[in-house]
Amino acid sequence: MQVPQISVFLENKVGRMAEVTEVLAANEINIIALSVADTSEFGILRLIVNKPEVAYEKLKGEGFTVMTNFVVAVEVDDTPGGLARILRTLTDASLNVEYMYAFVERSTGRAALIFRFDKEGEAIKVLQAAGVNILQKVDIFQN
Amino acid sequence: MAIWDPSNETMPRSRLADLQNERLVAVVKRVYDKVPFYRDRFTSAGLTPSDIKSVADLQKIPFTTKEDFRSQYPFGLLAVPKRDVVRIHCSSGTTGKPTVVGYTRKDLDTWSGLVARFLAAAGVTADDTAQIAFGYGLFTGGFGLHYGLEKIGATIVPASSGFTERQLRLMCDFGVTVLICTPSYALYLGEAAVNMGLQEQLKLRVGCFGAEPWTDLMRESIEAKLGILATDNYGLSEVIGPGVAGECTERRGHHIFEDHFIAEIIDPETGQVLGEGQTGELVLTSLTKEALPVLRYRTRDLTALHSEPCACGRTFVRMDRVHARSDDMLIIRGVNVFPSQIETALLEVEGTEPHYQIIVDRAGGMDILTIEVEVNPELFRDEMKAMVALEEALLNRLTNTIGMRPKLRLVEPKSIARSEGKAKRVIDKRKQ
Repeated sequence: MQVPQISVFLENKVGRMAEVTEVLAANEINIIALSVADTSEFGILRLIVNKPEVAYEKLKGEGFTVMTNFVVAVEVDDTPGGLARILRTLTDASLNVEYMYAFVERSTGRAALIFRFDKEGEAIKVLQAAGVNILQKVDIFQN
Repeated sequence: MAIWDPSNETMPRSRLADLQNERLVAVVKRVYDKVPFYRDRFTSAGLTPSDIKSVADLQKIPFTTKEDFRSQYPFGLLAVPKRDVVRIHCSSGTTGKPTVVGYTRKDLDTWSGLVARFLAAAGVTADDTAQIAFGYGLFTGGFGLHYGLEKIGATIVPASSGFTERQLRLMCDFGVTVLICTPSYALYLGEAAVNMGLQEQLKLRVGCFGAEPWTDLMRESIEAKLGILATDNYGLSEVIGPGVAGECTERRGHHIFEDHFIAEIIDPETGQVLGEGQTGELVLTSLTKEALPVLRYRTRDLTALHSEPCACGRTFVRMDRVHARSDDMLIIRGVNVFPSQIETALLEVEGTEPHYQIIVDRAGGMDILTIEVEVNPELFRDEMKAMVALEEALLNRLTNTIGMRPKLRLVEPKSIARSEGKAKRVIDKRKQ
């Protein structure tokens, strides 16, 4: 139901993002989706990868501050109003989105979204009830 | 806990006063006769040794400073012929010429006896195995503790500094019970022990730390990580090295070994002597050193003295643990800021280990205080609002503690250089 996400603390300085991606590359880890939240001083890099356990260990081993948590991945109709319909469903249920980011699911070519909710269990129920396709771990990693 | 030298350490105050008077008169006469520097100082001040009849006259004598050691580099302050000097040590000073001190054979014996006093006060015995993670060399910490431990009869592991993993491995393999190093290195070793999963294998029970200021919160953190009683001892090379004072297990301050040193507290700005319990700069006079006695040496360490009796039975006056040095004090936009205040504030925000650096700079005539704090995995969250809340919590705590709003930068772990000797906590770019 939920997808493991790797977060990395990064100072805003030249080359840090490159170093993270090089660690992943050296360990043959593929990035499926990513987002960066930043202030002028630091950033939080969030990654969905095909080998999350390996990515966590390798990045930690290289001295990065890393954490793993679970996020929700949902499929979105790639038509006008597709995202709006999902967000309306959540809003009507008074559910707050902490952050979200989009990616393209390669097998189907359809749009998908990663959501971080504060009330995750409730959000999943509401989305399922509204007929939204929640992607399983396997859906993403088969790509 | 055992008292190493009970006849001296528990001597009645009246007898101690007689002893101090007698020894002060003798040392004043000796340095006047043997050290041109002191003779010139006395002459300039219109003094002769006969003006110093007891400790009550001490305030007449001019202060001696680190600058005087530098101006007399290397051997100008020696009160004995060079052939009687059997050992030389230097201060770990980072600026200018080092301050050089010499010891006669008898000085070395006195020194090791003083170190044995604070080791015994911390509970160290001949049954202990003690690892010295101080550097062995010109710095007084390594050899000072070594000979004191030898006097106690403990088994010494002279590991010297650095090689953290090897240090921990030796501690586990040899069943080391006593750790000797700086408090910042003890904390570093504690973190490494946790990371390497060695906490269970450690047999440590006592730490004897010194050579830099630390806080109670840092002490708690070291004790939790290493599972020890952490004690502090005090000394400085210009006076003798470690062995000027040390904590007993009551941990209500450090007993100053007053049969060998006279302690005064002064206002660092005016030089006026302050009363009991008032915080100021510690000034020490050595009474028994042969090779290099000092009169009224300004230590730059800030502390206060307390004379009410201690439950341990020692009659010596106690000094507070040194939290700050008068020359560590940063004056930022006219406000006095001590690095130790910043450390305490950071430790009070839950989960923050004191890996931080203070950077002071000046831009457009304005001082800028920046505090860098390393983000460890316990502090890190994937949500920006949690990270911003952490920043706010740290900033508010710091602002309340130091009385001005600093800049705060969250930085990646290990981006601040770790000390295996003394911690480099402050970078003052205004002086560069």
